[in-house]
Amino acid sequence: MAEITPNKVLDARGLQCPMPVVKTSQEIKTIGVGEVLQVLATDPGSMADITAWCKSTGNELLNMEKGGGVFTFYIKRVR
Amino acid sequence: MNEAKKCSIVVFSGDMDKQFAAFIIATTAAAMGMETSMFFTFWGLQALKKKGLKTGKGFFGRMLGFMFKDIEGVGPSKMNFGGIGRWMFKKMMKDKGVTSLVELRQTAIDLGVKLQPCQMSMEVMEITKEDLIDEAADPVGAAAYVLDAQQADITLFI
Repeated sequence: MAEITPNKVLDARGLQCPMPVVKTSQEIKTIGVGEVLQVLATDPGSMADITAWCKSTGNELLNMEKGGGVFTFYIKRVR
Repeated sequence: MNEAKKCSIVVFSGDMDKQFAAFIIATTAAAMGMETSMFFTFWGLQALKKKGLKTGKGFFGRMLGFMFKDIEGVGPSKMNFGGIGRWMFKKMMKDKGVTSLVELRQTAIDLGVKLQPCQMSMEVMEITKEDLIDEAADPVGAAAYVLDAQQADITLFI
């Protein structure tokens, strides 16, 4: 898979529910449609939560990685 | 585009834990693109009261005003032990990076969650609009809530 280059990075490490999702919803508005937001989180619940948030808002979750206790999400702003 | 989905929450409880649940769900619903409103009634009104303000005019009203806390003063529904539980939970939550109730309320405001106080509870408890935070919406009655709930996709009573 080709490397995804994010347009912006949101560091939500150390934050607990619901802040990773809340901050993602605020940050996605600062990038253009079609651009990619990278979200870093340590909350294990964010795996299910960011996925649910993407499903509900219609933004596209391009990829999700886990490594060293950090979850990394690549979200493409669709609308 | 479809009209935004709606979430309507009654906050009846003045317990710290329950208010946490209410604000976490409200901020999340707003973050997920839902038009969200919270209706604060009875003990729930404490979430909107200005900090350190003594309310009430008559004897009972003032007595109640003394007991009636602001959002930072509410204690957990179990194990409060006269305030020790509140302190313990606040400390544990802070240590684990959980956002405080005040910050969650501010987040709700930032996300456009409508904070509606119940008019009748305010009358009974002798709380005026001036006793509540500036961001609180104008007081409403049950019909306003029912209309809100009728149109909502999620309704909760906490």
